[in-house]
Amino acid sequence: MTLYDLLRMLVYIVGVMAFVGLNAAYLVWAERKGAGRFQRRPGPTEVGWAGLLQPIADGLKLLSKQLIVPAGADATLFRAAPLLVMMPAMMCLAVVPFSETLVGRNINVGLVFVFAFGAVNVMAVMLSGWASRNKYAIISAARIVSQDVAYEIPMLLVVITLLMITGTMNLHDIVQQQAGWFWHWNLFRLDVNPLMPATFIIYFICMLAETNRAPFDMAEAESELVAGAFTEYAGMGFGVFFMAEYANVVVGCSMATVLFLGGWQSPFGVASGVLWFLLKMYVLVFTVIWVRWTFPRTQFYKLLNLSWKFLIPISLFVLVLTAVMMKVL
Amino acid sequence: MSANGVLSSNPQSQETFVLNIGPQHPATHGVLRLKVTMDGEYVMRAEPVCGYIHRMHEKMGENRTWAQFLPNTGRIDYLAAMAYNHAYVAAVERAAKIEVPLRAEYIRVITTEMNRISSHLVWFGAFLLDLGGFTPLLYAFDDREKILDLLETITGARLTYCYIRFGGVCEDIDDNFIQGTRKFVTEMRPRLKMYKALVTDNIILRKRLIDIGVIDKEMCRKYGATGPVIRGAGVAYDVRKMEPYSVYREFNFDIPTFPEGDCMARYLVRMEEMEQSLRIIEQALGKLPAGPVQSTGVPRVLKPPAGDYCYAVEAARGRLLVRIVSDNKEIPYRVRLRTPCFSNLSLFEEASAGMMLPDALAVLGSLDLVIPDIDR
Repeated sequence: MTLYDLLRMLVYIVGVMAFVGLNAAYLVWAERKGAGRFQRRPGPTEVGWAGLLQPIADGLKLLSKQLIVPAGADATLFRAAPLLVMMPAMMCLAVVPFSETLVGRNINVGLVFVFAFGAVNVMAVMLSGWASRNKYAIISAARIVSQDVAYEIPMLLVVITLLMITGTMNLHDIVQQQAGWFWHWNLFRLDVNPLMPATFIIYFICMLAETNRAPFDMAEAESELVAGAFTEYAGMGFGVFFMAEYANVVVGCSMATVLFLGGWQSPFGVASGVLWFLLKMYVLVFTVIWVRWTFPRTQFYKLLNLSWKFLIPISLFVLVLTAVMMKVL
Repeated sequence: MSANGVLSSNPQSQETFVLNIGPQHPATHGVLRLKVTMDGEYVMRAEPVCGYIHRMHEKMGENRTWAQFLPNTGRIDYLAAMAYNHAYVAAVERAAKIEVPLRAEYIRVITTEMNRISSHLVWFGAFLLDLGGFTPLLYAFDDREKILDLLETITGARLTYCYIRFGGVCEDIDDNFIQGTRKFVTEMRPRLKMYKALVTDNIILRKRLIDIGVIDKEMCRKYGATGPVIRGAGVAYDVRKMEPYSVYREFNFDIPTFPEGDCMARYLVRMEEMEQSLRIIEQALGKLPAGPVQSTGVPRVLKPPAGDYCYAVEAARGRLLVRIVSDNKEIPYRVRLRTPCFSNLSLFEEASAGMMLPDALAVLGSLDLVIPDIDR
């Protein structure tokens, strides 16, 4: 390993951490501002211009608070859970190609890498609920496991469908294939899969469920379970869970951008670059925020019904349809 | 398990645990405590424990003069205080045989109906909050603000009114109030349409409410449930129609009923009631007679003749009955309140058995409980 490699690694580690940190902090701001606008109120305005320093103030407040480990809780797991929930999101971003050249590690199994680390997140939230020794937290943990297992399946089926089309797990190559006008994007590849837009919607729904975002925020159903798995967390312990939620949203939307929306490719075939990637990703992130402040929460067993009776059959059908169309046509 | 997620038979396992919901919990909207015995996510038994905000209003009634008890009535159901004022005042008027000028009766109806709308709007927001939808709350409070502003100009209070007095009302309503109310009525109708389009017709909301928490007529009768709960079970019981009081006979309005008895039925009853209240307000403003708003013959120190008197009104949450016993003294012998929320809560244990926790909390929300009204 040369000095250049080391330096490059360092730069990317710092870069990814800064990206995640800034996104987590400022998506909280964006969410609060957005929620304010949806609800005909201004949102944060006090700290800094348009409340822009609010995330920093919140962070300082959370940092200054004591980290309480409840009596009887499993202290090791309780402390480990926030780390475990944040780490996978950062790991995933190491392989996301932001542009032609801007990618932490261009590995051949990027797709598997992202979804493998994405699954760790489930375990971390479950651990937090389990280790808290709180009834609300344990109910929430049980919900998270069944919910995320149920939604992992249609999500992976969708990913397999895409994999058949792209023929590679290298995220860089997947984006490369979608170059040119926007009808080259996987979202519009109707020649191999006429149900592609529906597939995208399935992916988006699964992503909402996987990241525990409304209307699937069973883990943090505040009107039922107080704060769900995070009830016992104080200070930055809670803060990290909060940030991880946004980090996971960013990862989920990045993957949607890479897999369906052509990543950094411009829709007109010219002037491709990182800005296009960020634009597409943030439009999706905005949609996630929009959905949260528009819909009430679903009921838990209906959520599972949606997955097992609706999303899984459809995504299986799409998978078979794509296979047939690719072989026959 | 049937389609709506209700356990049909006995609990499947012996491993149960007790979950305390409240006295401080986001879903109880006050200091109500539910001792819930759970089997996993299923509620086996939800025992309401009340008394955390007991303030002895009834006992206080025995320790102060007839007039001094009046402010207490505004603090029982603080969201629909006007109806409580009305019930108590009307009971005392019945006892002391005080005549009320017609204009005062009309003003009582207008203010009570406006208060009913504001109360239902709070319920609407809070119920959606229970279901995890935060945004409707702020829209509902936006509308409610207009009502509170209007009522503030004539009553001086925004929540705990003491506006209805023996023999009439405290102050006459002015042109500002009348114009403002007319404007509010015209503005509120499109808002209700918007709520229907954005909230009532939302697929997630419908899936969460339809066929959940069926409370039938029999259960309502057994526990004495009234108000939107019994009307959501298909019984057109409304004190305003069944035992018309004040000037309610003068107005055309419907009693919305939905026979399904589920959470959606109770939801729709309240949404429809806001519409009907707007109709009543509109008619009352149109027919508003001139004249005094306070009868002149009310003695400063009230000593109703000895006897036992009752007066029932339709409060926002159901039938409110005030029973007063007088022994011809300055101080009541007994003030007894039959409040709707207490009866409506008492059926919760039976209604919620076997449900999943979020459904049980949806049922709790659909009962529209105000905790001081339970504890008095």
